[in-house]
Amino acid sequence: MSDTLIFGMEVFLNGLMAGVLYALVALGFVLIYKASGIFNYAQGVMALFAAMTLVGIMDGQVPFSHLINAVFGTEVHHFGWHLPALVGIVLSMGVMIGLAWLVQQIIFRHLIGQEPIILFMATIGLAYFMEGLGDLMWGADIKKLDVGLPQGINLWIDELTFNLFDYGFFIDNLDIVATVIAAILVLALVAFSQYTKQGRAMRAVADDHQAALSVGINLSFIWVMVWSVAGFVALVAGIMWGTKSGVQFSLSLIALKALPVLMLGGFTSIPGAIAGGLIIGVGEKLFEFLVGPMIGGATENWFAYVLALLFLVFRPQGLFGEKIIERV
Amino acid sequence: MKKTLFTAALAGIVVAGPVLADLTFTALSYRTGPYAANGIPFADGYQDYFTLLNERDGGIGGEAINLIECETGYNTEKGVECYEATKGEGALVYQPLSTGITYQLIPKATADGIPVHSMGYGRTSAKNGEVFRNIFNYPANYWDGASVAIKYLLGENGGSLAGKKIALVYHNSAYGKEPIRTLEEAAKKHGFELSLLPVDHPGQEQKSQWLQIRRDRPDYVLMWGWGVMNQVAIQEAVNIRFPMENFIGVWWSGSENDVLPAGEGAHGYKALTFHNVGSNFPVFDDIKKHVVDAGKAAGAGDQVGTALYNRGMYAAMLAAEAVKTAQAIHGTAAITPAQMRDGMENLVITEEKMAGLGLPGFGPSFSVSCQNHGGDGMVAVAQWDANAKSWGLITDFQQSDQDILNPLIAEDSAAFASENNITPGCN
Amino acid sequence: MLYREAGDFKTSYQDDNQTFPIKFDRYRYYAVLFIAFAVIPFIINDYWANAIFLPFLIYAIAVIGLNILVGYCGQVSLGTGGFMAVGAYAVYKLMTSFPEVSILIHVVLAGGITAIVGVLFGLPSLRIKGFYLAVATLAAQFFLVWLFNRVPWFYNYSASGQISSPERTVLGVPVTGANTDAWASYMVCLVFVTISAIIARNLTRGSMGRKWMAIRDMDIAAEIIGVNPLTAKLSAFAVSSFFIGVAGALFFAVYLGAVEVGEVFGINKSFLVLFMIIIGGLGSIFGSFAGAAFLVLLPVFLKNVLVGTLGWPTDLAAHLEFMIVGGLIIVFLIVEPHGLAQLWRVAKEKLRLWPFPY
Repeated sequence: MSDTLIFGMEVFLNGLMAGVLYALVALGFVLIYKASGIFNYAQGVMALFAAMTLVGIMDGQVPFSHLINAVFGTEVHHFGWHLPALVGIVLSMGVMIGLAWLVQQIIFRHLIGQEPIILFMATIGLAYFMEGLGDLMWGADIKKLDVGLPQGINLWIDELTFNLFDYGFFIDNLDIVATVIAAILVLALVAFSQYTKQGRAMRAVADDHQAALSVGINLSFIWVMVWSVAGFVALVAGIMWGTKSGVQFSLSLIALKALPVLMLGGFTSIPGAIAGGLIIGVGEKLFEFLVGPMIGGATENWFAYVLALLFLVFRPQGLFGEKIIERV
Repeated sequence: MKKTLFTAALAGIVVAGPVLADLTFTALSYRTGPYAANGIPFADGYQDYFTLLNERDGGIGGEAINLIECETGYNTEKGVECYEATKGEGALVYQPLSTGITYQLIPKATADGIPVHSMGYGRTSAKNGEVFRNIFNYPANYWDGASVAIKYLLGENGGSLAGKKIALVYHNSAYGKEPIRTLEEAAKKHGFELSLLPVDHPGQEQKSQWLQIRRDRPDYVLMWGWGVMNQVAIQEAVNIRFPMENFIGVWWSGSENDVLPAGEGAHGYKALTFHNVGSNFPVFDDIKKHVVDAGKAAGAGDQVGTALYNRGMYAAMLAAEAVKTAQAIHGTAAITPAQMRDGMENLVITEEKMAGLGLPGFGPSFSVSCQNHGGDGMVAVAQWDANAKSWGLITDFQQSDQDILNPLIAEDSAAFASENNITPGCN
Repeated sequence: MLYREAGDFKTSYQDDNQTFPIKFDRYRYYAVLFIAFAVIPFIINDYWANAIFLPFLIYAIAVIGLNILVGYCGQVSLGTGGFMAVGAYAVYKLMTSFPEVSILIHVVLAGGITAIVGVLFGLPSLRIKGFYLAVATLAAQFFLVWLFNRVPWFYNYSASGQISSPERTVLGVPVTGANTDAWASYMVCLVFVTISAIIARNLTRGSMGRKWMAIRDMDIAAEIIGVNPLTAKLSAFAVSSFFIGVAGALFFAVYLGAVEVGEVFGINKSFLVLFMIIIGGLGSIFGSFAGAAFLVLLPVFLKNVLVGTLGWPTDLAAHLEFMIVGGLIIVFLIVEPHGLAQLWRVAKEKLRLWPFPY
């Protein structure tokens, strides 16, 4: 077996894993877009905020400590406790639900029925606001996130492939864990939206707000629920990425990686987010491996978009998206 | 339109403050934004040193120091705004800690007559003071760093790198591309194979690059990163079990927050540095007494002794010494920016001076001249001890290969001079 | 009482068709032009120019450009940063290759080059619509930034990869480079902004603008009544990219002077210009100015108030700035979803009837 083929297989597997992580971020977008037609620009910042809150709660940081110290001249920084990861996650989830409720009450209740671009702009304002709030609450320095997830090379796969191909593949343990978690999350979400009453209500709201209201669905409750679930997805994504690279500002830029996934998979489909993520992940890694060295490398940033663009030319609504039917 | 006028009026009030007789220093810092984690310790160190001088010595030469901080967020436009807002306050020197902002300021500050000290970053060819009259980058620049890294590796390999493979993992920007020319020349001279692996901003995803390294198995990896890229790179290196002693980063890739997240795995990682590391210097006792304990520390006071804090302090120390030199040359305590420039151009740093300031052996000895605004290119290598959680120098300060570098600097500065109609010369 | 049409009769078709039919509007417009051209250059200083007016004016041109594409023609584009980079690099190559030709011509040529590039990247719009197109234009954004970083010809093989603008003069007065006076750089940008706004306003009021608006409102119906979607969409991309290219050229040559493409023309720039048009009001030239003013001037204003006057620590001030800008955006959207331009229109309507309520 040629070297390129073996290396290509390794790149392919790693691409699949990377794709799963992208899909995890894209899921949050899809959920909110499905239920309320809003393209949530703040999803990346939500992931950052959720991760910062988790670290802050686990490490016992005093929220707004810098502001308190500046105004009152005190020197408080930490409460002194250190909570286990599971407690931290539950409490952070509580914060995200609270945030979802506030967002619904203060922003989107007043913007019912507006055009999509207005709602998009509202999420932009929300993103700015949350970025400032997150930094103000928890500080802008890098924080280490450790919820007990394993990192490093998976030795079992390394040995297995070494015996088969004379070259041990590198598959990160964290990526495997992320894949498993993402799979569970997707199955749970699909089951939720197909088989539970609230899930069906969510899909009804996604189709038509007015019609859903007229059959008695509580719009505000559904929206708070959707934003909370998106917040949970953001928290999971934030944990995964935060464990890899620390919790800091660049975490919010992972949302940009999710955009080509959304284009490819369609904005309104959960399986589409996964499929899109896998295709983008594999596509960009293989392109970088095969063509990258010839044109100077660092192609990952733009190739994902070009790939998605090519798909869109043939299927303008994405692979799994709803066909855009226009009535004249 | 309303906003314009109101803003203008307010800006007028703010900017038209009285020109103080104090020595004004501006700190163009970034405590927010993508590089906040690195900007905070540097800014803390820079400001704490000036606070120390004010508290302990009453300023420099009897003149109090007035420190103005301006947040740039590492953003070029904000940097320009900060510069324009503070240059009227009598700012003596600008240290933007950002290559992008430095490039902005090179023409502007030269036209306004204010010196810029881009210590270990910025435009490398500013070493040639005949072209860049107001720009200083002592004590070392990126090309010096690359050259010394190769020299160190030569030393480790008995004087020959023939047949070895060296990979450069670099931030895909002007900053990251700086060492490439030097390393390519060195590759030709010493016979090693150089492979270049760019990493896109912000560098959060480096799987492809490190899988490539795992496949290619280079003997050494050099890194020119900044911000989160450093951290991720070190973590990925640990993941692929690359031997850390063969991984050398430039001085902007050698800070505590780059290595701490990887924990035990980062033990043995090396980084270049142009100043000493650790907090085992008498000046830190003074800082503790006069600044931190007195509650006057910039920031939270928890960065004292870290690599970037030391760098900020070193930058402040060099600026303060330049002020003293300027005061001596011009015989006045309240100096102007033009006099500060003269002070910087005639700065001499010796071991005695540094020891007198409580910083024995903290940096190389060098002197600045009109032809040489960049010091002598003395760089050392530090190594990270993950158990003690501290950096330690493992070599002395060595000089870079001037034969390779001087022609390159001359060529680049000549290109700048011709593009901008500057006649090189000293006065 | 002040703002009346009563008694204002038009006696020629030309008068009837003018941009500002109401006398008060016309005089207001002349007054603003007078202050901008004849008063401000004499009282402007470096800070006002470099930190307030120049970014405002240059962003205004870019926002007018993007407004034509997004507001008038309905094609969402997030490639603004990349196109500004094209304008900047085009003007750099032209300036360094033909140093004798005036910078004004170079800026216009750079706009032209950007228009061609814009048409190329606008081709997907013939097939893709809505948000999907936005994300497709991101491909343009990232690819162009990568290209300018990668190909050394664009930055004249300099070792650093940055481009700096050499000094150029107009009528003997330096307008680029470090020796530029505040008023000179201000005047250059002001002239470009005024001409751009006049051209844009007339284009959008003419048949071309009506074609664009037809495509925006319902493109299939527009096609049925005879509007050629190919020419309409591509012309929108061309005109829009022209303005954005001019803005990018001025941004590099006059305002910043030295640019590193990844940092200055990155994705943040694209989003920033998009936010400006949405806040200012889609499909309105006045809205372009309002949005540019809001997002350029508000942070500077906040910084001066929080740090300068109140003396707060800089990082707290920066975080609060974000929160206040975000909060204000949300408040504006709830109060007036169609942007500042709509607020202005409503205010004018009310003023026309004042002191009567209706």
